[in-house]
Amino acid sequence: MNFWLELVVKTVLVLILVVLPVALVVIFGELKISAHIQSRIGPYFAGGRFGWAQPLADGAKFIQKEDLIPAGADNPVFRFAPYVVLMGTFATFVVIPFGPDLAAENLDVGIFFLLAVSSLSTLGVLMAGWSSANKYSLIGGLRAAAQLIAYELPLVLAALAVVIQAGTLSLSGIVEAQANMEIFGLGIHLPYVLTGQILSFIIFTIAALAELSRIPFDMPIAESELTMGYLTEYSGLRFTMFFLGEYAAMISLAAVASTLFLGGYYLPGLSGDALKVAGPFILLGKTLILCFVFIWMRWSWPRLREDQLQSLAWKWLIPLALVNIVVISIFKVVL
Amino acid sequence: MAQQVNSGGFPLKGLFTGMKVTFLELLKKPVTVNYPKEKEIPVARARGVIALDTEACTVCMLCARECPDWCIYIEGHKEEVPPAKEGGRVRTRAKLDRFDIDYALCMYCGICVEVCPFDALFWSPDYEYSEFSIADMLHDKERLTEWLATVPDPPALET
Repeated sequence: MNFWLELVVKTVLVLILVVLPVALVVIFGELKISAHIQSRIGPYFAGGRFGWAQPLADGAKFIQKEDLIPAGADNPVFRFAPYVVLMGTFATFVVIPFGPDLAAENLDVGIFFLLAVSSLSTLGVLMAGWSSANKYSLIGGLRAAAQLIAYELPLVLAALAVVIQAGTLSLSGIVEAQANMEIFGLGIHLPYVLTGQILSFIIFTIAALAELSRIPFDMPIAESELTMGYLTEYSGLRFTMFFLGEYAAMISLAAVASTLFLGGYYLPGLSGDALKVAGPFILLGKTLILCFVFIWMRWSWPRLREDQLQSLAWKWLIPLALVNIVVISIFKVVL
Repeated sequence: MAQQVNSGGFPLKGLFTGMKVTFLELLKKPVTVNYPKEKEIPVARARGVIALDTEACTVCMLCARECPDWCIYIEGHKEEVPPAKEGGRVRTRAKLDRFDIDYALCMYCGICVEVCPFDALFWSPDYEYSEFSIADMLHDKERLTEWLATVPDPPALET
């Protein structure tokens, strides 16, 4: 096939057919779950039943809104920032394996690519905060940068523990290593979260929540003190981009976490051929379960103050992740 | 110095307690009443709107004067009533011409109900009297009398 045609087909397949519908499902899930947690009904009328069309209606509303650009804003940077955020998020889906042979690109250094590319979104956030010519946006952008630097470390260190146990940087390799993993020769193949990586999983989940700047760690957005942080000056389609990017990032990090710790497309008891068909759905199911946990945490827990947020990363998560790596390495050598 | 709160148990226990609470709430039925489709029936003595008994009203104006918002408009005139017995004196009594309450101004304090010496004003549990125009919130005495039907009987006297 023509290279460019293939590129376009792959991009359209991944973005339009997988990421956007799942993002809409997760947005709808967030609306409904948050409502029921607060003993409300949530969206009810849009689309006839259960308000299923609410995310679509919200999107249509945002698109109609005026695209405001502040007079003092750095115009090209301000316009470009949302796309950088989206780009960094969507690029992570390139290496996630949806099945034994089903990955947009099965890189040998998949997890390295993934961690490198997901940091690109931070740049977009910083661009948005800096170019808005607004003090709230600037503080939000800088807080986001500080937060993402702090939480990138435990995230990478937790992923590193998995890499040490699997002995490969390829994401497909990590899933296969989990499928072939045996503890004490019992013949049971369990995902990593049940075989020694529970601490890595917890660290990864907390760091992922912080990377997403969702509620327990929402200092960059911080509605109560920074109005909306780096999103303050955005409206219309560009705000939609950020909004979609947030949920796409949530899905991508949930997919990465399920690949690294929950066995990805692998489910114990299924053989090779069955996995080829069911793989994407298994991964999707695990991703959605993790997204539910993220949403559940968001609506249960109080927010951290900026200094608490930094001390949690530097004083607790990073030392813990380092100790975890040492323990995993010792087990790797001894067993 | 703030007192350290320690409820006992392992660290971070509170986080999991919170998650348990929200999860149980997630499984419960929402308390939302889908208003135009299903209606909440308020308790009988709910303070929804003020009803008027025109027969009991003597146009004494106490309610209009006590009203903090000045939302009650009363007009009346005196008319002569024939004597009760033959050869008696012709009585005069006040006749109510207008009794309007502007519910756009009313703050539902209930002082008018409290102050009425002749038990002409009552709390009614009806609450569906909104209008599209704020000027239409001035309800006249015919409307106020309609609400009298929804007023519950007063509680029985203590013996």
